Amino acid sequence: MQAPAAQHPAAPRWLDNIGDWLFRNIVAVAGWFVLITLALAAFSMYWGGREAFSEFGWGFLVSTEWDPVRERYGALVAIYGTLVTTTIAMIIAVPVSFGIALFLTEVAPPWIRQPLGAAIELLAGIPSIIYGMWGLFVLAPLLANNVYPWVDEYLGPWPILGALFRGPPLGIGMLTAGIVLAIMVIPFISSVMREVFLTVPNRLKESAYALGSTTTEVVWNIVLPYTRSAVIGGIFLGMGRALGETMAVTFVLGNAHRISASLLAPGNSIAASIANEFAEATTPMYQSALLALGFLLFAVTFVVLAIAKLMLMQLKKREGN
Amino acid sequence: MFSSIKLKSRIAVFAIAAVLGANAQAAEITGAGASFVFPVMSKWSADYNVATTHRVNYQSIGSGGGIAQIKAATVDFGSSDAPLTPEDLAASSLFQFPSVSGGIVPVVNIPGLEMGKIRFTGPILADIFLGKLTNWNDPVIAAVNPGVTLPDLRITVVHRSDGSGTTFNFVNYLSKVSVAWRDQVGVGTAVRWPVGVGGKGNEGVAAYTKQIKGAVGYVELSYALVNKLNYAAVRNRAGNFIVPSNESIAAAAASAEWATSKDFSLVITDAPGADAYPISATNFILMQKSPKNPANAKQAIDFFTWVYANGDDAATKLGYVPLPDALVSQIEAYWAKNVK
Repeated sequence: MQAPAAQHPAAPRWLDNIGDWLFRNIVAVAGWFVLITLALAAFSMYWGGREAFSEFGWGFLVSTEWDPVRERYGALVAIYGTLVTTTIAMIIAVPVSFGIALFLTEVAPPWIRQPLGAAIELLAGIPSIIYGMWGLFVLAPLLANNVYPWVDEYLGPWPILGALFRGPPLGIGMLTAGIVLAIMVIPFISSVMREVFLTVPNRLKESAYALGSTTTEVVWNIVLPYTRSAVIGGIFLGMGRALGETMAVTFVLGNAHRISASLLAPGNSIAASIANEFAEATTPMYQSALLALGFLLFAVTFVVLAIAKLMLMQLKKREGN
Repeated sequence: MFSSIKLKSRIAVFAIAAVLGANAQAAEITGAGASFVFPVMSKWSADYNVATTHRVNYQSIGSGGGIAQIKAATVDFGSSDAPLTPEDLAASSLFQFPSVSGGIVPVVNIPGLEMGKIRFTGPILADIFLGKLTNWNDPVIAAVNPGVTLPDLRITVVHRSDGSGTTFNFVNYLSKVSVAWRDQVGVGTAVRWPVGVGGKGNEGVAAYTKQIKGAVGYVELSYALVNKLNYAAVRNRAGNFIVPSNESIAAAAASAEWATSKDFSLVITDAPGADAYPISATNFILMQKSPKNPANAKQAIDFFTWVYANGDDAATKLGYVPLPDALVSQIEAYWAKNVK
C-alpha cells in the first residue's frame, strides 16, 4: 500500500526560493573561482617578473642571452624551443590521433574497440616523468644510434630543409623532445576525437553507405564535416598540454640556452628553464627573469588558444550555424 | 577476546610513545641548504640521534635556498657550497665554517678507452668547456696523454642545467686556470655555457655522459664511482697529474691556505699541495651571530663538534672527505670567538 502523500508535504514556496538562490550562487562562485584564479595567477607571475620586464623591456622577448653571472636575461631561446617542440609534437600527433580515432570508430571490428580504447586512456594516465625517463633511457639511445645518423647523412645535404637535420646525433634535442611530447598528447587528442566521432548519428552514415559510399568517402564527407569544430578543439587541448609540459621535456631536450637551426641539437623550453633553475635562482633579478618566463608561457598559451577560438568561429560562420 | 588483547597492546604502545615523547631534553634543530651534503647530513643526524637522542632535521633545498633561509633566521643553520665573503657575513650578522670536503671529477665517455686512463690539465678542460677543443684526437689533448690513443670523435660537453654548488666549484677552478674562461663566462652556481647539453643534477649529467659517445661532463666523485663512469686525472698547480681520491682531496683541503683566510672564506680549488687534487670543494655551514633561539644554536654547535669527532667514518663511506685536524681546531677556536 502506498503511503499517503500528505505524510511528505511539499516544502513551502519561500524555502524553495531560498534553496534555489543558494544553489545558483554556490555554482556561480565555483564558476568565477576559475576565472579569478587564472587572473590572479597571471597577475602574480607578471608582478614577480616586473623587475625583469622593466630592466630589459621589449628586449627580453627578442634577446637570446641567458647569463646568470652577468645578470643578462632574454626569453627568445625558451620561447623558440617551446614553440618548435610543440609544433613537432602536433605534426606527429594530429595525423596519428586521426588514424587511431577513425580506426576505433569506423574500421576496427567491434571486439577490439573496447580494449584499444582502454589502452589509450591508460596512456593518458601515465605520469609525465615516466615518459621523460623512457625518452632518456630508451628512445634517445635508439634514435642516436639508429635513426639520427641516417637522418644526418641523407636529409642533411638537402638544400634549405637540410639545415633542420644536420648535426651530431646526440639523441637528445628538440626532435626527440617533440617525439616524446607527441606520444604524450596522442591519448588526449585521440580520445577526444573518438568521443566526437561517436556522436555522428548512425542515420547519416547509414544513408551514405546506402547510397553506395565507401568507408573513405563516409569519413571525409560525413564524419569529418559533422565533427570539424570539436576535432579542432581536441587538437588545441593537446597543444595546450604540449606547450606547458615540463618534466618529460627537461629529460630529453638538452637544456642548452642556444637557438640552433638543427632539430637534432639541444635547446630549451620555458617550462624546462623554470623547472631547472628556479631552486637555485639566488639573485632577485634571476628569480624575476624566471617568473617573467612563466608569465610569457601564460601569454603564449593564451595567444595559441585564442587563435584556435577565432578559427572555430570562422568555421562556424562559414557553415552558417 | 582478540580485539581486547589488540586494544591492550595498542594502549601499551601509546603509553611507551608518550613516555619517549615526554623526554624534554631531546632538542630538535633544523638546517637547510646544499644538496651536496644531504646524504652525509642524513647519516650524521641519524647517528647523532642514536648517540644523544637529539634530532637534526636537514632539508636539501640548494645552497641559494640555504643562504636565504639562514639570513631570514627560519632555520638554525644554513649550508652552502660556496663561501660567503666576510663582508656578506658581516652585513647579515652571520658566521661560517667548513663542514666536509669532496671532489668534482671530469668524466668521459670514449668508447674503447680503458678506465682511469685519460688525463687533463686545467687549461685543456677550460678550452673543452669553452668549445675551443672539439675533437678527442686533438694534438693538444694527445700531448698530455702519452701512450693513449684517442679516437677521431666529436667532443660533447655535458654540464648542469640547474644552479649548483658543484658547478660553482668547477667553474671557479676553470676561471683560476684560464683567463679566457674568467673573461668570457665567469663564476656562479649557473653560468652561460658556451657549448654543450645540460643535465639536471649529478644524476642527469651522469646519465647524459653515459648516453652520448664522446661526452665529457663533471660530477661529484661519489656519483662517478657509483655510476662506474670513466673519470680523469687532472694536473694540479704543482704540475702533477692527480687521480681524485679520498687521499688527494684530503691533501687539497690540508694544503689550502685556511690559516690566513678570514671567516674561512676560501674556495679550495687549485690548491697548492704536491698531491692535492685540484678540483676539490668544501661545504660551508652558516649560522646567526645572535640567534633567535640561542639554545638551538648551541645545540647545532654541539652537533658539529660531535660530527668532527665521530663523523669521519660515515663521511668517508659516503664518498666525502673529513676535514683535516688542524682545520678542526681552527674552527673550534673560531667558534669560541663567535658563539655566545
